Amino acid sequence: MNAPRPVIDLKRVVRTFTVGKRRITALKEVDLAVRPGMVTGLIGPDGAGKTTLMRLCAGLLTPDSGNVSVMGLDAAKAPLEVQASIGYMPQRFGLYEDLTVAENMALYADLQGVPRARRAVRYDELLDMAGLRPFMGRLAGRLSGGMKQKLGLVCTLVRPPKLLLLDEPTVGVDPVSRRELWQIVYRLVEKEGMSVLLSTAYLDEAERCREVVLMHRGQVLGQGPPDSFSRNVGGRTWFVTAPHVSKRRLQGELARRQEVLDALILGRGVRVVTLAAGDPGAWLPDIEGIRAEAVEPRFEDSFIDLLKKRTETGDGGSTIRVRRPVEGVQGQDAIVVENLTRRFGDFYAVRGIDFRVRRGEVFGLLGANGAGKTTTFRMLCGLLPISDGRCLVDGVDLRRAAARARARIGYMAQKFSLYGELSVVQNLRFFSSAYNLKGKRQRARMQWAMTTFGLEEFADTRSASLPLGYKQRLALSAALMHEPGILFLDEPTSGVDPLARREFWVHINALAEQGVTVLVTTHFMEEAEYCDRLVIMAEGEVLTAGTPEETKALFQKPGRAEVTMEDAFIGLLEARRRKREAA
Amino acid sequence: MRRGGGFMRLRGMIRKEWLQILRDPSSIAIAFVLPMILLLLFGYGVSLDAKHVPLALVVEKPDQRTMSFTAGFYQSEYFRPVPMHTIQEAETALRHRVVDGIVWLRANFGRDYLKKDAPPISVIVNGVDANSGRLIQGYVQGVWVKWLDQQALESGGALNMPVRVEQRIWYNPEVRSRNYLVPGIIAVIMTLIGALLTALVISREWERGTMEALLVTPVSVREILLGKLLPYFILGMGGLTLSVAMALLVFEVPLRGSMAVLFGCSALFLLTALGMGLLISTLSRNQFVAAQVAIIVTFLPAFLLSGFIFDIASMPAGIRNLTYIIAARYYVSILQTVFLAGDVWSVIWPNAAALAAMALFFLAIVRRKTRKRLD
Repeated sequence: MNAPRPVIDLKRVVRTFTVGKRRITALKEVDLAVRPGMVTGLIGPDGAGKTTLMRLCAGLLTPDSGNVSVMGLDAAKAPLEVQASIGYMPQRFGLYEDLTVAENMALYADLQGVPRARRAVRYDELLDMAGLRPFMGRLAGRLSGGMKQKLGLVCTLVRPPKLLLLDEPTVGVDPVSRRELWQIVYRLVEKEGMSVLLSTAYLDEAERCREVVLMHRGQVLGQGPPDSFSRNVGGRTWFVTAPHVSKRRLQGELARRQEVLDALILGRGVRVVTLAAGDPGAWLPDIEGIRAEAVEPRFEDSFIDLLKKRTETGDGGSTIRVRRPVEGVQGQDAIVVENLTRRFGDFYAVRGIDFRVRRGEVFGLLGANGAGKTTTFRMLCGLLPISDGRCLVDGVDLRRAAARARARIGYMAQKFSLYGELSVVQNLRFFSSAYNLKGKRQRARMQWAMTTFGLEEFADTRSASLPLGYKQRLALSAALMHEPGILFLDEPTSGVDPLARREFWVHINALAEQGVTVLVTTHFMEEAEYCDRLVIMAEGEVLTAGTPEETKALFQKPGRAEVTMEDAFIGLLEARRRKREAA
Repeated sequence: MRRGGGFMRLRGMIRKEWLQILRDPSSIAIAFVLPMILLLLFGYGVSLDAKHVPLALVVEKPDQRTMSFTAGFYQSEYFRPVPMHTIQEAETALRHRVVDGIVWLRANFGRDYLKKDAPPISVIVNGVDANSGRLIQGYVQGVWVKWLDQQALESGGALNMPVRVEQRIWYNPEVRSRNYLVPGIIAVIMTLIGALLTALVISREWERGTMEALLVTPVSVREILLGKLLPYFILGMGGLTLSVAMALLVFEVPLRGSMAVLFGCSALFLLTALGMGLLISTLSRNQFVAAQVAIIVTFLPAFLLSGFIFDIASMPAGIRNLTYIIAARYYVSILQTVFLAGDVWSVIWPNAAALAAMALFFLAIVRRKTRKRLD
């Protein structure tokens, strides 16, 4: 068979960076060929080397060794020629926020040398595609995250390129815009015959690509159509349910088994990937009514399969133990939110929301950027004054005794908020003394953190240079120093690779099993499945509240495939939009 | 495949830069508001002259002579005399900074004032601020000499003083500090626009990721640099025009040289400042660091080491040598010369040559350091 010439051809490409005194290898002898006329997905967790690879292809970086050929040109030797024939959208696309949509487009048309006569037609096509026509006069800084991303794509496309490089175009974009971006990409491939290389950290996007390149730690683990990956785990994926046992306990039991590669809470049961073929229901005969049914493999399953065979991580169990019985009156709700409102000027960031979190529950706050999650969170932690409404944390009114309420909660911020210059031990010592721990008790808690989270080997390492997964552990242990009964997690797993994310949830589940109440915000829709109950927020209001099953059931039509959390989310947003248009 | 369309790209870059300047309040603040504030501050607020200094006059035994002598203080615009009865009272006032100096006429003033061995008056000056201390001392001396002159004239004989100093002050006869502060502040303003603003806007492009998107377009390094240089050059010359207009019309500073020399040399200095600003932002790529560096290596030296406030000749040798690498030093010499003395070519040529050399040096480094790559 005579294969068409690849649009991107990498041969034994090595690229290293020096950070401080350390040498980091971003790409280790990468061989890769991207075929024309289709969407190729470059998939891997943060730090896999995706952005470095993209920048090499765009001629923005040169390889240490090896050869990067793009559209038949050497990207290292002829970057200007390469740049003249490709479109590249960096991760944070450079929109000029104080220029309008039209001005941004005109700038890139000028820079790309699009003849004036041809602009009007091209603008029309692109604006229709992106749905940006009504916003031509609006400043780019005033667009929503999803619209900004679409404008970035439009600016990249003013001169139709033959090859389009998109570096994580869907990061931080709400599910609706994400779907629209994908539709644009498909149309470009169909109508203009473009070749697209798109990188993403969302594993579920793999299934939208014709071909997938799987990267991890600077290496290509595999390449092929998405279902070729899933086939590797065929016959090893199960959905396990047990009506009389909590799903969290079931997950813990399954994860501890040698034969189980991966166990993940999903809806009312646990999704399991086994090492070899075999019915996991038979392995736990003690659990009454346990049932396992075979399910279709997903891309993520094969990803975990490939990674776990390479990296040695601990077993799925957590050794985390809460020493002190969790305080508080049994049966009393851990968090009560009534008509909670926060105004900034005449803008309502949060508008009269209500919800209750029961003790020992994992409760999720879901929503796109700007939905009001973080504002709600800050009010609950007593970091932001409440404009209106009532808010009780562990029975304490935040308006009256914010400091007393704060002593009962542990808070883990969205970004790594420990001191990067301090070592692991120093950070733990600082945070424990910040919570008034002294002497013997302080030493005991620090020892607990080090052993529970396996931090001993990094005790004297600077926190900034810890691997991401360990940073996460350290941040969690710092939040747990004073043994709080309530734990607040703000986007705890964004940017963490799937393995570290699983491990993190194992700890959270163990805490919840022991009665710690966990409130978590996330924009990973699949993480919503780990929650007992959740609310979905948009524009400062609660759209729906309930268990993940109840939420999904709102959109389940008889005879149709099972809806995902993302389907439900999009459905809710669209229903809201229709209601508003009708009004 | 050689690329045409260079003009279109450059025009696009410049248009974008202008729109950004016009819409960004912080650019406007640095380019127009800050210069106005600096000019008003240095034109009206800061004065290195001592005027209306409160001065205690202690006359122990008033008579005809003491009256005529103290009258000299009342007539002078430099003093605001406060009559006091005892030296103790005056010393207390000095300690509490109610007055800045004491003139003490003892009881024997009338009898002894012409004797050589007995000092007829005592002067005590608050020397905490050495500069104004010296000024007060000088002014008191002046009143004294003038009075002696008068006395001699009245008694018909010449004063028996060995040497007489004839003072004449050229270029700034009224000795108005405003006349050299206002031209000097122009150097600071040009540094603000040329170096600080430019360093900020380019590092902002790195920070917001717009630079990465620019780099992958067919735009060339030359076009990127020109696209930044031209708008800020025009903005800087605009700032200059504003400052010169204010200097001449509001503060009535004389311009004895020609506009052509003033603007020509200013253009050279502006290019140097732009070169430094571009270099700082290319090396730091971070707004915070760029602002810090720009303030420390361009703004502060323009203030402290340019000779605009502090005389270079009276600096210690080490620091004096350091001023030779400060571009503002050459520009301040030119400014003060052009405004107050005229087109003195022997001053202008060497300073302008130094500026031209520095401009070339910085722009050449920027050209070499800017690449269309991220590494």
